[in-house]
Formats: sequence, C-alpha cells, structure tokens
Amino acid sequence: MAEFVMPTLGADMTEGTLVQWKKRVGDRIAKGEIIAEVDTEKAAIDVECHANGIIDRLLTKPGEKVPVGTVMAVIRDEGPPATASLQPQHIAPQPVLRQPIPTPAAKTAPLPAPSGRLRISPAARKLAAERGFDPTGLTGTGPEGAITLEDIARAGTSTADIAKPAGTAERQARMRQTIAAAMARSKREIPHYYLSTTIDLSHALAWLTAENARRPVTERLLVSVLFIKAVALALRQIPELNALWKDGEAVRSERIHIGTAISLRQGGLVAPALHDADRAGLGDLMQRFQDLVKRSRAGSLRSSELSDPTITVTSLGEQGVETVFGVIYPPQVALVGFGKVLERPWVANGLVVARPVVIASLSADHRVSDGHRGGLFLGELDRLLQEPQSL
Amino acid sequence: MTTTPSDADNRAHLLRLLGEIAPEADLATLNPDVSFRDQLDLDSMDFLNFVVSLHRAFHIEIPESDYPKYTTLSGCLAQVAALRT
Repeated sequence: MAEFVMPTLGADMTEGTLVQWKKRVGDRIAKGEIIAEVDTEKAAIDVECHANGIIDRLLTKPGEKVPVGTVMAVIRDEGPPATASLQPQHIAPQPVLRQPIPTPAAKTAPLPAPSGRLRISPAARKLAAERGFDPTGLTGTGPEGAITLEDIARAGTSTADIAKPAGTAERQARMRQTIAAAMARSKREIPHYYLSTTIDLSHALAWLTAENARRPVTERLLVSVLFIKAVALALRQIPELNALWKDGEAVRSERIHIGTAISLRQGGLVAPALHDADRAGLGDLMQRFQDLVKRSRAGSLRSSELSDPTITVTSLGEQGVETVFGVIYPPQVALVGFGKVLERPWVANGLVVARPVVIASLSADHRVSDGHRGGLFLGELDRLLQEPQSL
Repeated sequence: MTTTPSDADNRAHLLRLLGEIAPEADLATLNPDVSFRDQLDLDSMDFLNFVVSLHRAFHIEIPESDYPKYTTLSGCLAQVAALRT
C-alpha cells in the first residue's frame, strides 16, 4: 500500500486544491504517471505519482482544498483489493448466447431505470459517498439501468467532477502573496551573501553565432542555455551550493536540477527545474528549456518540475538589468543571476578593447558556504564560459 | 498606400502568429514600425519562437544574422513578401 499525498511544490505552498483526478479507482498507475491536477497559488499543476500499483481509494473530492501532506489517495500493490467495500462488483459469468449483432442505437442506449427508488449497487453507492458524489443523475449501465461501480468510477472524470481553477486576476493576487511569503521567509531565515564577477563573453558569443549558423532555425541556441549549462557544470566543482536546507542542516543533492526563473506573461513567475542539467547536451537542454517556458506560460507544468530544483538561475538582462541581487528560494541555498550582455571597455594584452560582457552574481546562504567558495564558483563559471565548445 | 490582398493575408497571418506568442496583447493597436519587444514585452525565447513560427508558416529560411529585419511588423511583411516571390 502506498499513499498519495498533497505534494509540496515549493517552499511557498501550504495547501492545494484538487482540480480533477486523472485516474479512477481500479486503474493501474506507474511511477511518474500523472494522477491528478492540482491548483496551487501559482498554477494548475499535473501531479505525478511516486508509486506503482492500482488506485484503491480516492479520498479527496475535486474542488476540495487540502493542506500539504494530506493523504489524497491510496494505491495498492497489484493484486486483489485490500478493502472489501472497494472490490469491483463480482459479475457472475453469463452464458454465451448467439445473438444478432446489436444496432448502434441498442448499444448506446442503456435501459432506463424504473422511476422511484434509485437502482444502484451497494459498492457503487459506497464509492459515490466516499467521493461526495450524488449519483442521482447518472445513467446506469447495469441490469435494468442500475448504476454500477464502473459508472461511478467513470463519473469521476466527467466535467461535473472537475473543479474550476482560479481565474487570472485571483491567481495573480494569490501568486503575489505566496511569492511575498516565500521571499520574506528567505530574508528572515537565510543569511545571504552576495558576490559578482564580470565575464568576457566574446568567445562564447562567437562560438554561439557559428554554432547557430549551422543549425536549422528550429534547433538554435540562446545564450541563456550556455549560462544554465555552465552553472550546472560549475556546481560539480562547488557542490555545497547545490543543496537544500532541511531540518537545520544542508543536504547536498547528488543530482543537479536547475530551477529556471520564468516570468509569466500576465505577471508573476515560476522557477521549474531542468532536471540533470549538467548531463544534458546543449541542444537537448535548449529543447527542454523551450518546452518548459511554453508549458509554464500555458499552465501545464508537472509537479516534479516545481518541487525538484536544487538551485535557481535567473536572467534579467532582457529587462536591461546589469546586475542581479537575487533572493534565495528556500529550501535552496544559492541563486545565480545573469544581467544584460553589454559591450564594455576591456583590457586584453595591454590594450583597451570593446568586449561583450555579462555580470554574473551569486546569492548564497552563509550557513552553508562562505565567500571563498562562492568566489571559486564564479571563477569556475567564468572559466567554463571561455570554453563554450566544451559545454 | 493601397494594400494588395496578398499583403493583407500576410499581415493577418503574422498577427495570428504573434497572438499565439503573446495571447494577452491587443494586436489591433500594434504600431507596425515599433519593435515587437518594446510593444509586446517579448523576450529572446518568445522572439525565437516567433521566428520558428514564421519559418514554418511561410516556408522561409531565416538566418540568425537576419533577425533584426524581423523585429517589426513592417519588417516582417517586407521580408515575407521579398522571400516568397
């Protein structure tokens, strides 16, 4: 038996509203499959299941708001159901009779239930009660129009059983409140320190121009993908920045999941993860980044993308910002910012020349690292961006 | 200035593509000579997606070095007309 609980999709999330179940009682589910759509303060999220098995019970009703950690469903191992009440109805084998092939009308029009008392099996009635679902209006497909367990399970995906997610204005107001809460907590609890360095991008941009010239338009790269990959690789050298603060101590993450800050077109932002960014090729990372931006703005992110980031990267250069002084997103312990790519005087070989540069900044948690290690991280980032072909 | 049906078709098509990138934008008030970035708050990812949309919709090749020609509605119309003839 496994329990599916309301997940935490970030430090700022305390509760969520079930929009709809994507599985029904009796359905088989595999780890990583979407089990539910949950409305959070930021967006409606497709939530993945973390267990294999059969859906045994759905305990939360669409539209219900529950705190993080609430058991919402029970998933049993493959095999017979654990609870008698939820066992599929036993249907006695029917004798096989040779009958004329029914007409389509005969196939789709179940027998109407006689007027008066609702014809419904005990198991179906119990499941309907558990779901808080009124079966009165349902058309039964059982004998004489009786409502079966299957009818109730199927009704779980009807539009009547789908809660309406929050509207845009309401979501924006709630998103601002939750961002404020998370950032206030960050500033209250995390002793930030800030470092920055100016990086010469002439090699990186020359390489990118040549690389994009040979790529079809659908596969071209953005400089921000070079930044993300360089951050991911630099974290291998300074792993204490790739960690989460849990129960009074930093827990390093073996995997590097870069949270990429994405502004939403109508206000607010999300920072979903690019999983294992250090191991991805630039082309793959770009495709995934494009997909993530598209889905973030369309409101179709997955729960693991919001809950998994181990560090955040934010680029504000497009808004003309030169230097980012980022606020760490708890429980992460660092944030890397990139400003605008600018042409600036640069001294090379004793000569002052114009070079494209970017200011990379690090906001880090002093409980976990210090300025020396932070400086080494930025130095490694600079070194990596001087060798873009090896990213 | 008169508008040929072909220009009008291209314009409508371009506005449709922009609408997919910036669905909240009021494209009826778009100034054809001011950059999309300034009017629609497009970032580099949005612009790349727009260029990919143009490539797919009009079957035109757009090298990165030509991106500056596609930053306004007027520029896009001129490029599409030139490349499709």
